[in-house]
Amino acid sequence: MAWAHQDKTAIVGVGATDYYVRGKSWPRTINDMAGEAILKACADAGISIRDIDGFSYYSTAGAGYLDKFDTASLMETLGMPNVSFSATLTSGGGGCPGAIGLATAGLMNEDCRYAVTVMALQQLPQHRLGVVFGAAAPSPENSFLQPSGLVGPGHLMSMLTRRHMHLYGTTQDAFGEIVMATRANTHNRPKAVRKAPLTKEEYDASIMLADPLRRLDFCLETDGAVAVITTTMDRAKDCRHKPAVVHACAHGGQREWGRAFAWMGMPDPHFASSGHQFTADRIWAQSGLSARDMDVALIYDHFSPMVLMQLEDYGFCEKGEGNDYVLSGKIRYDAATGSGVNGGVPVNTHGGNLNEAYIIGMTHIVEGVEQVRGTAINQVKDAEFALVSGGPASLPVSSLILRSE
Amino acid sequence: MGDHVKYGPARILPGEQLRISTNPDTEPFWEAAKEGRLTACQCADCGHFRMPPSPYCPECSSSSKAWPTLPGTGTVFSYVVCNRNPANGEEYVYVPVVVDIDGAPGARLNANVTGCNAEDVHIGMKVAVEWTPIQDGWVLPNFRKV
Repeated sequence: MAWAHQDKTAIVGVGATDYYVRGKSWPRTINDMAGEAILKACADAGISIRDIDGFSYYSTAGAGYLDKFDTASLMETLGMPNVSFSATLTSGGGGCPGAIGLATAGLMNEDCRYAVTVMALQQLPQHRLGVVFGAAAPSPENSFLQPSGLVGPGHLMSMLTRRHMHLYGTTQDAFGEIVMATRANTHNRPKAVRKAPLTKEEYDASIMLADPLRRLDFCLETDGAVAVITTTMDRAKDCRHKPAVVHACAHGGQREWGRAFAWMGMPDPHFASSGHQFTADRIWAQSGLSARDMDVALIYDHFSPMVLMQLEDYGFCEKGEGNDYVLSGKIRYDAATGSGVNGGVPVNTHGGNLNEAYIIGMTHIVEGVEQVRGTAINQVKDAEFALVSGGPASLPVSSLILRSE
Repeated sequence: MGDHVKYGPARILPGEQLRISTNPDTEPFWEAAKEGRLTACQCADCGHFRMPPSPYCPECSSSSKAWPTLPGTGTVFSYVVCNRNPANGEEYVYVPVVVDIDGAPGARLNANVTGCNAEDVHIGMKVAVEWTPIQDGWVLPNFRKV
């Protein structure tokens, strides 16, 4: 059954700071960067900062992993006169596109008129993400995981990857192809951190950090901020750009996935998956669409194998066939024709977390907006539908379908 | 597995670098470990196993728990080969494993495995518990290749 709020809201403004290599944004502060992104998103939308009256966060209003956003502090420095919606999805980056659904809830409930979703990320030496699990004193729950030396997200993701390789014969060549195919999309992007084309030889020479994953299978660590503004369709028509219509949006997941790699109790086939099956089923039911209807897919890529597993969970290919799907070139973008390759749907035309920047999923939303506006740097010809997914992690995970107006 | 990578012996992370914390839900597991007894949290009403221990049985909502003595063996469900000691960054080959615990269907432990080369660890490998003393007088279940 179609979603009651289908096509009732739209993303009308996007804004971002430069993307800095980890630790290089200092002496800027996190609210400095968040403020720049929000003000730029307002300018992009053609509205005043004083029009913003809603905050729709994800990652439990995290600013990165150890800082927190506070609506009152942002109002204090940016001068919003009042706020009538301030809410967040729980857990982490899995909720990124789901925050647009949360914004829609606030807008449809007439709590607010313009809702901003923001993420800012800044790593100081004491805030290193890759060891964020290891640095924490083990909680009673984490005492069943951390002493095994599974201390970084890469260690944890490798455990799921190994099982996928065992069950389905998935190869490291497919992970390499994911990194190379999306790297090929950044050479013309001024803000991208990694722009040089990547060869298979370079990928194979990348050091093994958590066998079977190499350094190049891990996403970038960057500093920066991104904000997007969601409003109702009637207001969207008065904004500067063509609205990026919110066609479907869902967050959540099922108990078999649960805390995922913070737990490792998932039964097959959920263990060797992205945990997105439940949410994928929801957005396809909301929209009446399927993977083959997407013109572009912005798939959260904190670790390359998780792209492959999401392609399976969203039905771009069957479960267990991600290896062959990827290796047949189907995630590539052909700049000459502005379309996919070998009947596939182009994935991460912006380069993703692996190559452009890692702002915990927000860059994927921005690319989705630009694709359905028709203004993307690597524009997919006549893009009507863009899928955006959030990071496979503890529930909730989420996804969003944007539609061109 | 990187087919051509030869890592050498899989080692257990040094216990003196490891700590845990407990709460009333989890403490019986760790008290049993101190006695060299591998257990898992079992629902005393419906018999369903769950790990880590938690207040309620997800199948029947009972809060009654049993802590049966298990055989102390299991099967490798998945694994990762790591090469740096997380405590200090030094070269150190260890293999975190997810183990399906015999006698406790559905319950798993995350641990290290030893008794073979890292490159020889494989899914389906049979293992037996090996106790590692850690800080504060606690004992951690690790595993050795059978």
